[in-house]
Amino acid sequence: MVPLSAYVAVSAVLFMTGLLGVLIRRNFIIVLMAVEIMLNAANINLVAFSYYLESMAGQLVALFVIAIAAGEAAVGLAIIIVVFRGKISTNVDEMNLLKW
Amino acid sequence: MISVFFAYFALMSIAAGVLTVALKNPVHCGLALLALLLHVSGLFILLNAEFLWAVQVVVYAGAILVLYLFVLMLLNLKTEERYFHASFTYFLIPAVLGALYIMALLLRSPFGGAKGDAPAEAVLREGNTFAVGIKMFSEYLLQFEIVGIFLLGAIIGAIVLAKTPKPIDSNLRDR
Repeated sequence: MVPLSAYVAVSAVLFMTGLLGVLIRRNFIIVLMAVEIMLNAANINLVAFSYYLESMAGQLVALFVIAIAAGEAAVGLAIIIVVFRGKISTNVDEMNLLKW
Repeated sequence: MISVFFAYFALMSIAAGVLTVALKNPVHCGLALLALLLHVSGLFILLNAEFLWAVQVVVYAGAILVLYLFVLMLLNLKTEERYFHASFTYFLIPAVLGALYIMALLLRSPFGGAKGDAPAEAVLREGNTFAVGIKMFSEYLLQFEIVGIFLLGAIIGAIVLAKTPKPIDSNLRDR
């Protein structure tokens, strides 16, 4: 029998990996992929608690998280295409148009 | 037996996550993300969530990841020499320390709470998909509709953003 804290630990490690990816990578597409890693870590947490606390709510929220990740990927990639068309770069350090 | 499968899926998903963040070529990162998603779906199977397993494979690994790879191929990125942020060591050290601290807290805490109304036997009698569907279309109907409208808005927004901008009309500019 796998204890609940093992699932939560896996989810925590994956979340920290994704957070680190968002902070240290410079390619915008990789940053979005790291956000997907974080969403997956949250999903593992939700489903594990749903199983161990015998409730269906966690799986439903995980389903909604997947739907919102799909929308986030679509809009994020559209933004990447627009930026790439104007500046020919997907480096996050060079996107400073809104900075003052 | 379940512990063996859990260890395999957990270690492989962590390794694939680290590779996604650390690899140099963006296409390789995408393939590492695919490995991560498939191993996370294996964890869902161990937790009796068959419907979520199918959704993870079809929607995440099938649709979202193909969208990422499609944009990667479309943009034809060149691999950069310095692909980490300039000051990444300043982020790395606090992240490792924070991860160790959170891990120590997690492994010590007991994690309990009030049990819900869906024990494993009751779910297995009718099947996981049945249980998810009943719950979704009774208690979570409003959220389901909100997510549907959200997805419609996201698709329209993505199309509007990615559309080729029309050149400014000359007689409109003269006025």
